[in-house]
Amino acid sequence: MTAPRRRAVASSYAPFLLPGVLAFLAVVIVPFLMNTGLSFTRWQGVGTPEWAGLANYRELMDDSAFWASFRHSLFMVVAMAALPTAVGLVLAAALFDYVGKHFGSRVTTVLRACFYLPQVLPIAVAGIVWSWILAPENGSLNELLKAVGLSGWQQDWLGDPDFALYSVMGVMVWVQLGFPLVVFMAGLERVDPQLYEAAELDGAGWWRRFWHITLPQIRPEISVVLTWCTIAALKVFGAVYVLTKGGPGGATDVPSYFSFTTFFEKTQVGYGSAISTVLTVLILALSLIALRLQNRQEEKPS
Amino acid sequence: MVTPFLIVTLNALKSPAEYAQSGPLSLPDGLYFDGLKDFWTRVDYTQKLVNSTLISGSVAILAVVLSLLNAYAIGVGRVKGRPWILAFFVLANVVPQEALVYPVYYLSKQLGLYDTRLSVIIVFTVIQAAFGTYLLSAVLGRFPREVIEAAHVDGANKWQVLWRIVVPMSRPTLGVLLVFFFVWTWNEFLLPLVMLISNDNQTVSVALGVLQGQRLMDATMTNAAALLGVLPALVFFLVFQRTLTRGIAVGAVK
Repeated sequence: MTAPRRRAVASSYAPFLLPGVLAFLAVVIVPFLMNTGLSFTRWQGVGTPEWAGLANYRELMDDSAFWASFRHSLFMVVAMAALPTAVGLVLAAALFDYVGKHFGSRVTTVLRACFYLPQVLPIAVAGIVWSWILAPENGSLNELLKAVGLSGWQQDWLGDPDFALYSVMGVMVWVQLGFPLVVFMAGLERVDPQLYEAAELDGAGWWRRFWHITLPQIRPEISVVLTWCTIAALKVFGAVYVLTKGGPGGATDVPSYFSFTTFFEKTQVGYGSAISTVLTVLILALSLIALRLQNRQEEKPS
Repeated sequence: MVTPFLIVTLNALKSPAEYAQSGPLSLPDGLYFDGLKDFWTRVDYTQKLVNSTLISGSVAILAVVLSLLNAYAIGVGRVKGRPWILAFFVLANVVPQEALVYPVYYLSKQLGLYDTRLSVIIVFTVIQAAFGTYLLSAVLGRFPREVIEAAHVDGANKWQVLWRIVVPMSRPTLGVLLVFFFVWTWNEFLLPLVMLISNDNQTVSVALGVLQGQRLMDATMTNAAALLGVLPALVFFLVFQRTLTRGIAVGAVK
């Protein structure tokens, strides 16, 4: 086949891209550029936006609520990425070779399904369930503590500024755990069983096999899960809306919720856009780093 | 992990009097369905289910079609500059909804689409198709070229190849995407919360989330709401358990 002819054939697929590209321009690219543009203005949502240069960004730097919301994001990364990955790894390995071998694949499948269930639930519904469990009066957790004689441990879990963030974190671990678990269990099926058999013959215990075989073998899955979950943690909104509305006193405010209230309750559109632009830059940077790392891993002969 | 679901079910079936008397941890004396019935009629749950099903179903189908067209051009057609085109879609997939929400809200008001189910369908079709394009392009990139060339030799044009050969052979992947798009759209919260303000248009997730956010519910209502919110998710889960767990693994490794 000659070069010009190949090009003619290839270019004729372009019409298939047309609806997609147009739709993306209208729904993602144009709004995204508008948002970035608005972050340099002052605007109440009506009338003409007034150019403000970098004023919104300068204001953000001095806004303690803004810094607090990003600090809480770090807590969310721990709750939604770090902890679920660590716990998910151990659980996946345990389910895969202990439960799988001793109780059969049926039991494993059921257990995996139980862990995965919260992932299929609307976050708003998970929020309803948990805010009722964590309620100060008649909440199941407090009732349970009373029943086992630990009345002193009872708390207003979501209403006390000292506990609210940790309570939300706990809920997010519950929500998130199923995702890494399912991905890691799929990854484990790839691992050559002979590696484990050889290690076992050499007398390696469960932890050593986990550390020296399981971990290195499913590294690609670990990095994908960490990236996905970190991005999800930076974007967390529904849970905060339903559980605490960012309260008490901003103790659980996160960037996503902060920009939402700035847009729609305070109607400071320019300022809200600046918050969401910073969040976007952060997420894009993180994604690019993750892609780089993944590519480098793939290039390495393993 | 499932304990929260169990206690919610337990308490959704208790009468308010019984709940007040014996608290959340006791077993119900008898089955009490009035709480569920009251809640169902009060929020017009039938309408919310219809809205959610309509929106999620349309998005799932439209987004799969859009992903398929994009991925056909990128994966099979290998259009010029395809790494850049792919990067464009991946980027669109990564941009957080927070950075789109106000302009989308404003533009839809200008276009008279605000507070319509159509607006949400359009937006999520595109957002889900970003992920679909990314995944399907990789799958179709490995599509056996001989099959396509043979079809062209037999006189099939590109449309015929797409519908008669590529679609049937990619059915498992398309099925996974369909289920995922449906569930993801069903669960979406931020954009539907902003876009669907009237009761008649709200989805299950938004209606329950707003009620909870306003702290208007007593304990019995909370449990009724929780149980009714959990049930559809549970149904998808039981029906599509295999697709979901397989799909998530496929998606992650790509």
